[in-house]
Amino acid sequence: MDGMIQLDDMDCEFKEEILSRVPGANLDLCFTCGTCTGGCPASEQFGMDPRKFLRMLLLGMDDEVKQSPWAWVCTMCARCKTVCPMEIDIPKMIYNVRGSWPREKRPKGILGSCDQHIRTGNAMGVPSEDFAWTVEDVAEEIRNEHPGFENLQASVDRVGAVMALNQNSREPVTEPDEMGPLLKILHIAGVDWTYPTVMWGGENYCMFLADDEGWRYITEEFVYHIEHNLGCKVVINTE
Amino acid sequence: MRKFNIPYSFEYKSILELYADWIRDGTLKVNADWNRDLKIKFTVQDPCNIARKIGTDKIVNDLRFVLKTVVGEENVVDMVPNRSNNFCCGGGGGALQGGFPEQRRAYGKVKFDQIMETGADYVIAPCHNCHAQIEDICEHYGGEYRVVHLWTILCLAMGVLGDNERTYLGPDLAELNVLQRRVNNDE
Repeated sequence: MDGMIQLDDMDCEFKEEILSRVPGANLDLCFTCGTCTGGCPASEQFGMDPRKFLRMLLLGMDDEVKQSPWAWVCTMCARCKTVCPMEIDIPKMIYNVRGSWPREKRPKGILGSCDQHIRTGNAMGVPSEDFAWTVEDVAEEIRNEHPGFENLQASVDRVGAVMALNQNSREPVTEPDEMGPLLKILHIAGVDWTYPTVMWGGENYCMFLADDEGWRYITEEFVYHIEHNLGCKVVINTE
Repeated sequence: MRKFNIPYSFEYKSILELYADWIRDGTLKVNADWNRDLKIKFTVQDPCNIARKIGTDKIVNDLRFVLKTVVGEENVVDMVPNRSNNFCCGGGGGALQGGFPEQRRAYGKVKFDQIMETGADYVIAPCHNCHAQIEDICEHYGGEYRVVHLWTILCLAMGVLGDNERTYLGPDLAELNVLQRRVNNDE
């Protein structure tokens, strides 16, 4: 963005829209100190930075804000928010900018992973039966070949297990042997655990996509399965 | 769950907290003897989601406690800054599938430089996004470090890591403490 900024009016519709959804975002409090920008690893990408992005929003440059690809380069790591003296919630601003994109125009990779997750319970689109088969296959190989682990157990959807583990879909799909070390540690520690097969993927691309509906659906299904079907007391995030 | 006000009654924990609990209470008997003479250096990527975003350094401190126990305190070199003041690796927020690899890698250059500054042979990245991004920037910028999961090092230190579970280890650790697999004659 070079040259003079043309402002037709100071109507900040998009800012008001975001504030209606995130009342505590403090977007109006920015005094442009730039602390956010100084510590932001995404500063300068696409000629943009958090301070400039917020300033554009506050000037009512809604179209430019909504069209900037920078919303997808920012990782919402929250370093800006943590250091901001006015506690402005820049990550939530970015999340809402992402959410303002027509769903089909959002990055294909993130969109595809979110859709797979909604459909199959994990971002890589693995059917639950295949996941269950892989878990048992890895466990069986360890029992057969790894001395000291003859009694190792790995279960899916075992009702009454104390702990439920989530699992990033990368291992079972592309490198099942990498699941082994964790299974061994759980065995040595004597943990009573199981893998749920509903929304089991540890990843969350619907959150990255800013798809509230998809994110909510995944979370609700997961929580229902844990609470009502399995009755696990603890959910363990394995990454 | 909080975001959508979905009620739940289970406890939500990180596996890193459990590793630390199990080491403290003696459930996992593990030490750094294997690395006493090798002195292989490790650093840690603090995932934003379990560092800055939860408002406490508890989990990332547990992570350091576990790592120091299994590789030796003197072999852990922290990046600067770290913990809740860490820099995101650049792979978060869906960036790995966001379609802007050039910007993602430029973003990750800061992280690459921080890692190189530590001189570490291995980076522990307890998040799959961090893991993939830190590997990618290593290859892109010509680094030589490797990225591993903590479970790999835990099993290595306990002597229960098989030869088939060493995808992310380098030649220096390929043959150390290998759990000898049983040969199945009936197959």
